[in-house]
Amino acid sequence: MAEAVTERQYQGRVHQRSRQLMSAWMSELARAEAEGVPTGALMISGNCVELLRACHVLPMFPEVTALQNAIRKKSLPLILKAEQAGYSSDNCAYVKADIGLFLDGGMGPGKPIPFPTITVCNYVGCNVYVKWFEHLADVSGSRLFVLDTPFARTPEPTPGDVRYVVSQLEELITLCESVSGKKFDIDYLREILGHAARAEAGYARCKHLTRHRPAPFDAYFDSINMMGPINVLRGTREAAEFFDEAVAEFEELVTQGLGPLSEERFRTVVEGPPPYPYYKSFRNLFTRWGAVAVQSTYSTVGGIWEWGFRHDPQRPLESIAEQMLRENLTNRSITARYGQIKRYVEEWEADALVIHSIKSCRLFSAGQGDMRDYFTRELGVPTLLVESDLEDPRYYAEAQLRNRIDAFFEALEHKKLVGAGH
Amino acid sequence: MTVDAIIEHCRAVVAEPLGAVAERWKAAHPGGRAVAVYPVWAPAEVIHAAGMLPLALLGGGTSVELTHADARFQSFVCSIAKSSLELGFQGLVRGVDGFVFSNICDVARNLASIYKRNFPEAFVEYLHLPQNSTSPAVVGYLQGELRRLADAFAQSFGLEVTDAALAKSIETYNTLRARLRALYRLRIEAPEKLSTVELYLALRAATLARPEDTLGWLGDLVAALPGRPTRRQDRMRVVLEGAFCEQPPLGLLEVLEEAGCYVVEDDLLLGWRWFTADVAADGDPFERLAAAYVNQAAPSSTRHEGRQHRSAGLIDKVRRSGADAVVFAPAKFCEPALFDYVLMKQGLERAGIPHLVVEFEEKMWTFERTRNEIETFVESMLFD
Repeated sequence: MAEAVTERQYQGRVHQRSRQLMSAWMSELARAEAEGVPTGALMISGNCVELLRACHVLPMFPEVTALQNAIRKKSLPLILKAEQAGYSSDNCAYVKADIGLFLDGGMGPGKPIPFPTITVCNYVGCNVYVKWFEHLADVSGSRLFVLDTPFARTPEPTPGDVRYVVSQLEELITLCESVSGKKFDIDYLREILGHAARAEAGYARCKHLTRHRPAPFDAYFDSINMMGPINVLRGTREAAEFFDEAVAEFEELVTQGLGPLSEERFRTVVEGPPPYPYYKSFRNLFTRWGAVAVQSTYSTVGGIWEWGFRHDPQRPLESIAEQMLRENLTNRSITARYGQIKRYVEEWEADALVIHSIKSCRLFSAGQGDMRDYFTRELGVPTLLVESDLEDPRYYAEAQLRNRIDAFFEALEHKKLVGAGH
Repeated sequence: MTVDAIIEHCRAVVAEPLGAVAERWKAAHPGGRAVAVYPVWAPAEVIHAAGMLPLALLGGGTSVELTHADARFQSFVCSIAKSSLELGFQGLVRGVDGFVFSNICDVARNLASIYKRNFPEAFVEYLHLPQNSTSPAVVGYLQGELRRLADAFAQSFGLEVTDAALAKSIETYNTLRARLRALYRLRIEAPEKLSTVELYLALRAATLARPEDTLGWLGDLVAALPGRPTRRQDRMRVVLEGAFCEQPPLGLLEVLEEAGCYVVEDDLLLGWRWFTADVAADGDPFERLAAAYVNQAAPSSTRHEGRQHRSAGLIDKVRRSGADAVVFAPAKFCEPALFDYVLMKQGLERAGIPHLVVEFEEKMWTFERTRNEIETFVESMLFD
């Protein structure tokens, strides 16, 4: 048996700075009601957070609230509360945790999670978003604005798609003006988009650094430190600076030849969201095999930046529309995702694909058996499919997961040894 | 034809595999094409205007064993998605040239791409139907989307959809929907004259033929029903809600009525009755169809309607049909129905309308528990 692989217990500047920035945002949100700052609920996927910022509406993200409750192991009582109110055990647990928080009195007037002033459903890909925000608007009494983003069903968005989204963005501006009482300034939006583009370039650079051996960070488990700043705080100067620091730190690690584990034995691409209630336990199942994710699809739900797309201050609304329509994972078809993963496997030189299938999110999961079929049979990429959930701890079966993961990496190790002529 | 003869004809048509229906029609129409649409709504008019046979792709029901599709879709995915894919693997849709899917739910969206990957020789198109009902831009957008579908037919099949042909198809489908509305009105007035199973069979048979081949027997049915000798029973009038996509087994619909209900309204095969009034007769036909989708659509769990609460359409349906209660029948794992249930339930409770939930799967074959639940519900209402 080879020497045991361990985590370096590395908690660098990226981790610390991300926590500081996200905490500051949460504090700002908690003060918003008292300070009379309007808030707008948004979805993470392919969001138009820059526009809300430019309109002086503070963005809030129900998904972030849900995942934070899950990672702190507080999601189950909230889910059960929602189920008592009529939600099915088969409904998305993200939604149930969020509604459960309201039913539990944790969201609303005078609470750290205030009711949103406006509920902006940036409907990108996931139909459950529409339901979620309909329910959120219903409980909070806030004005619901559904920003319908046509799903990517042609190689490029049609001119009609872009016009349609831009028209709705203009309507959203009018709505925001009515709640903030401030006139929209396109130059201010351009300035914000400039910050956004800088953050996007930084995030893209970080993701390209994982092509190195060893990768300087785990592109699945550690990406969460960057997903907050890129998806929630995009458009702020602080987020842009955060990514400058992240790039510097990861480049330093590359120079030193350091990765997140004591040894990088397997390079994986991971598909699907993580099981937040058992984040660390799940990570440990891979750590012990020296498996490091060099790319992940979950880290691209808000935007795919590593292939060059940037918001363009010269075409502000059009570039926001293009990002919502095309440059994010969730508004693309599952088979387009196959293409994205294939590129990751090839260009990041991965040994295997790990699919974490979650019950809550059918947008991600429905059909991942077909994905496994494609990668194993057609491309010959070793592929592991495991199931649990991103929010509901009842679907996480540690022993079963461990058996499957161990068997997979044992086989992969054997294949490597045989391939190396031992 | 008598009512019974018409219903038996419909039962025979519905029992045929979809591919066989397509092949039979194509044999009678050499060079013809057949295009099947996944629930809920699709612009059958555009398919019809290209001279093709529009069909409903409604899964495999109780007749198809899953041997391939459950390796593609997980256990927590609804049956209709899996069995619709299975039809392809088992060659039961051979003869159907194309498939149209839309964004009714996340599973349907993924199913479209997976269909395309597994059956690359088939025409597969995905429509994005708007989830915004109030933007001034929405009709123009959908008009473009419908034209895109027509262009795809032209490119793949060499079949043009002219404005004149589409205008004619809209007129034909307006007539078909008027007949279907007449049947629904008749059932509200005299539910003992047409059981829900019978109405469902008639409706489903209408999704398996060109409308011009359907209008005759539908007209006969509308004309013959008032004279059908029946006796009204002491049953509770209910609205059936939630079975708009996956098809409930006929046994479930039978049990519902046998256990003491008259179903007086439902959302079965809703897409084929989508418009609450005729699509307008003048102007650009693509624009008219798009405008009707935005402004004249029946309330549906698959479409965001920003102008009214989720429960409003259902409550209106209850009032309009003189129903006493609602039976929710969501398919297992159907997120649109299961989510809407919560807001609808709250709305019904505010309005003082009783309700019951009966979950189903297309392959369900034993109904005794359901019968028991419904009987208890009916008794609790009748003897309240």
